[in-house]
Amino acid sequence: MKIAFKLNGRSKTVDVPPATLVCDLLRENLGLTGTHVGCDTSQCGACVVLLDGEAVKSCTLIAPALEGKVLTTIEGLAKGDKLHPMQEAFHLNHGLQCGFCTPGMVMTAIDFASHNPAPSEEETRAALEGNICRCTGYQNIVKSVMAGAAAMAAEETAAA
Amino acid sequence: MGAINGVGAAPLRKEDLRFLTGRGNYVADIKRPNMAFGVFLRSPHAHARLNGIDAKAALAAPGALAVLTGEDVAADGLGSLPCGWGIVGKDGQPMKEPPFPLMAQGKVRFVGDIVAFVIADTLDEARAAAELVEVDYEPLPAVVGVLDAIAPGAPQLFDEAPGNLCCDWALGDEAATEAAFAKAAHVAKLSLTNNRLIGNPMEPRAALAEYNPGTGHYTLHSTSQFPHVVRWLMSALVLKIPEQKVRVVAPDVGGGFGVKQFLYGEEAIITWAARKVGVPVKWVAERQEGFVSDRHGRDHVTEAELALDETGKFLGFRVHTLANMGGYLSTFGPNIPTNLYAPLLSGVYTTPAIYCNVKVVFTNTVPVDAYRGAGRPEATFLVERIVDVAAAEMGIDCVELRRRNMIPASAFPYQTPVLVEYDSGDPVACLDKAQENADVAGFAARKAASAANGKLRGLGYSTYVEACGLAPSRMAGRLGARGGLYESATVRVHPTGQITVLIGTHNHGQGHETTFAQIVSERLGVPFDSVDVVYGDTDRVQFGMGTYGSRSLVVGGSALNKASDKVIVKGKKIAAHLLEAGERDIEFEAGVFSVAGTDRRKTFAEIAGAAYVPHDYPLEVLEPGLEEQAYYDPVNFTYPGGAHICEVEIDPDTGVVKIERYTGVDDVGTVINPMIVEGQLHGGVVQGIGQALCEAAVYDVETGQLVSGSLMDYCMPRADTSPRMDVSTHSTPCAHTPLGVKGCGEVGTIGSPAAVMNAVVDALAHLGVTHVDMPATPNRIWRVIQNATLPRAAE
Repeated sequence: MKIAFKLNGRSKTVDVPPATLVCDLLRENLGLTGTHVGCDTSQCGACVVLLDGEAVKSCTLIAPALEGKVLTTIEGLAKGDKLHPMQEAFHLNHGLQCGFCTPGMVMTAIDFASHNPAPSEEETRAALEGNICRCTGYQNIVKSVMAGAAAMAAEETAAA
Repeated sequence: MGAINGVGAAPLRKEDLRFLTGRGNYVADIKRPNMAFGVFLRSPHAHARLNGIDAKAALAAPGALAVLTGEDVAADGLGSLPCGWGIVGKDGQPMKEPPFPLMAQGKVRFVGDIVAFVIADTLDEARAAAELVEVDYEPLPAVVGVLDAIAPGAPQLFDEAPGNLCCDWALGDEAATEAAFAKAAHVAKLSLTNNRLIGNPMEPRAALAEYNPGTGHYTLHSTSQFPHVVRWLMSALVLKIPEQKVRVVAPDVGGGFGVKQFLYGEEAIITWAARKVGVPVKWVAERQEGFVSDRHGRDHVTEAELALDETGKFLGFRVHTLANMGGYLSTFGPNIPTNLYAPLLSGVYTTPAIYCNVKVVFTNTVPVDAYRGAGRPEATFLVERIVDVAAAEMGIDCVELRRRNMIPASAFPYQTPVLVEYDSGDPVACLDKAQENADVAGFAARKAASAANGKLRGLGYSTYVEACGLAPSRMAGRLGARGGLYESATVRVHPTGQITVLIGTHNHGQGHETTFAQIVSERLGVPFDSVDVVYGDTDRVQFGMGTYGSRSLVVGGSALNKASDKVIVKGKKIAAHLLEAGERDIEFEAGVFSVAGTDRRKTFAEIAGAAYVPHDYPLEVLEPGLEEQAYYDPVNFTYPGGAHICEVEIDPDTGVVKIERYTGVDDVGTVINPMIVEGQLHGGVVQGIGQALCEAAVYDVETGQLVSGSLMDYCMPRADTSPRMDVSTHSTPCAHTPLGVKGCGEVGTIGSPAAVMNAVVDALAHLGVTHVDMPATPNRIWRVIQNATLPRAAE
């Protein structure tokens, strides 16, 4: 079936079977392999994308759910060479090691930070509960998300 | 010109940008024209006779290209998966080494054993075709635990391994240990299990193989920690194809933790299959498939006794361990519970006599091999637990008991009674610093505050040492390694003076692109930004043993240091020629070659340019070019160690254990990049906490099914269950590596389980609890508390 949506700022129409998972659509049909698949039970969060700004697991979302919506993936965050403040925060705080969980972490963090400009450590840890990282022990991810939230808030203030 | 970022600096990581922008290149991301997809059909039985496979219906399914089975493997004369270590039993007999076929031959021996490989045009078609393969299984009784496996009458996995015994192995002086026990004032005894774990790197294993009939070349992309070893073993011993016609690429790999350091059957099968079907073939493991096929870790059952004199001095340590090998011997399998375990049983203590017997046992479970720490967490957990047991029994404070037995800094190098000689270390200083950082002085007040809230607070210590930098080849050879464990590095200086490093280790999260560039930046005085690091491709990198056993910096970094030295030597020759001076008069410092005592100088970039495009080279004495290669073999293991202190609070109503404070002070030798080292320590500690508090691979004893076979059932540490940690380093440089480094990848996982469990036992000690097996899940802790506090109805 034909599905029209906005992908990383551009209009997109795809024609795929209605049971196509969004993670497969991105990875196999659209060549956007930054969204990862780390499990088969919706537990790991490596596949998280933003649907109308909300963090969702693309492994449990079917393509028709995209109709008329705005989909953002990890590839759509940076503006040219300028990283999104959350991406930059992960870089500055060594918030990633192998990089596999990173896209999902960053997307989850952006949704969280957009509602919590100054989150506590406890709130941040709770918000990341659906994303598993096996490398970092989470400490620097938590630090990154808190710093990224502050940077996003500062950018918004500057823009206002 | 960019900055020099050398040893001790913390430049941000070079590898971050691609991962942060979705431009990583993992195996599952790679596509090829006309690519087909493969699905492994795996045994649903733990133990069964394989009477036949009927693939007719599957082959007739839409899109099906091939169904390959053990019969095809046998018909093509393929070898079985080799074991890299051949250990010898205490009776002098070599271990029993039944073949590990690529696909089951006659019998399946664990749930997940490969029975067939089904290839079709699309993944969905391959899955559908696999459903149509009819396998005639004749189920046999299965055995999953080591105690059951060695019991008389247990189901037997292999005719050639009676009693399911692979090897009855021992280390240490049994008679001296007996004598020590004979004069003991106290003997502490402890029985424990070390829970079976599943590594679960976030990227599932995957492979993509291609064959070019025009050139006879094979290319395998694989999620491997050691592509050169995969190429070597697979080409020479399994597929019997020319090694030079095989390229193995391990691109970005999403975590390894040991799980990806073996030659897996899947890698060889898919490479073989790509030639058979004539198109590239791709396979990506599902997570649940990983649970039943990624090699597992740990799984020991141990009885131990510690002999002490009346003052608490350790006199002797006697250990009997049953180690689960699973259904076959994996690449490093028998090495882990023997050579990487028993030599660490001295810990940081002066115990004069130690004897360790390990029975290595086959069971109907996934093969067990190295998982982060590999043998050393098991040793540390045992030593650090029994020290606490002894302290409690003798009424000596557990820290005081440790201090009475610790090897003082002045005693290094220290020869233990179990083979290894610690070259350097200062366990007392690590403990002092950790106690200070952990505010141990304030613990009593915090415990009282917890008690006022109805909670139980406990403090636990782990003062540990481990062995890294696999491996000193001579020593490894004596222990049964079937190959040396060198590492190689090439420093390729381009005409501009910019540099490509080609190194045989593999980076899958450790930040090698950054750390190795720092070494070169410092040694050659070139900007950090001018150094790129290449790894993971057998067509680009000369040779390498890969990354495991915290060896990359210790062995690979030392090779890189040595290659850098050679570049300087060659550069001096070129400088001597250009500056018309004697070679011995040339000095090199901070990227500048100069004639001693003069202002005549050439920069590194000028030398590089002159090396490649010379006009008047003295060719008879000097070759153009500036590229040097070095191989390095360490003379000893390195021995990182440290002190970890964990403070837990237990809710007696729910049994939930919460880590309130976690402090680690680790001696990893010289620190190259403190930011990266801290990250490695964080990750390692949380993996150890995972073992202590939630992770366990559980098999059903009747059916041999893996009960904890998904991320729904196998509990992984998450952000909201992991503590904030205070980790730091107290470094004594390694005495034998040129950079003084010891390795830091595994220390956290090795030191932490004992600290956590000692804290748990401390919190429950008032109830008479002396030991709790891992993992300390809420259910287990709640039961422990109930058992200790409820009045017994019958009494």
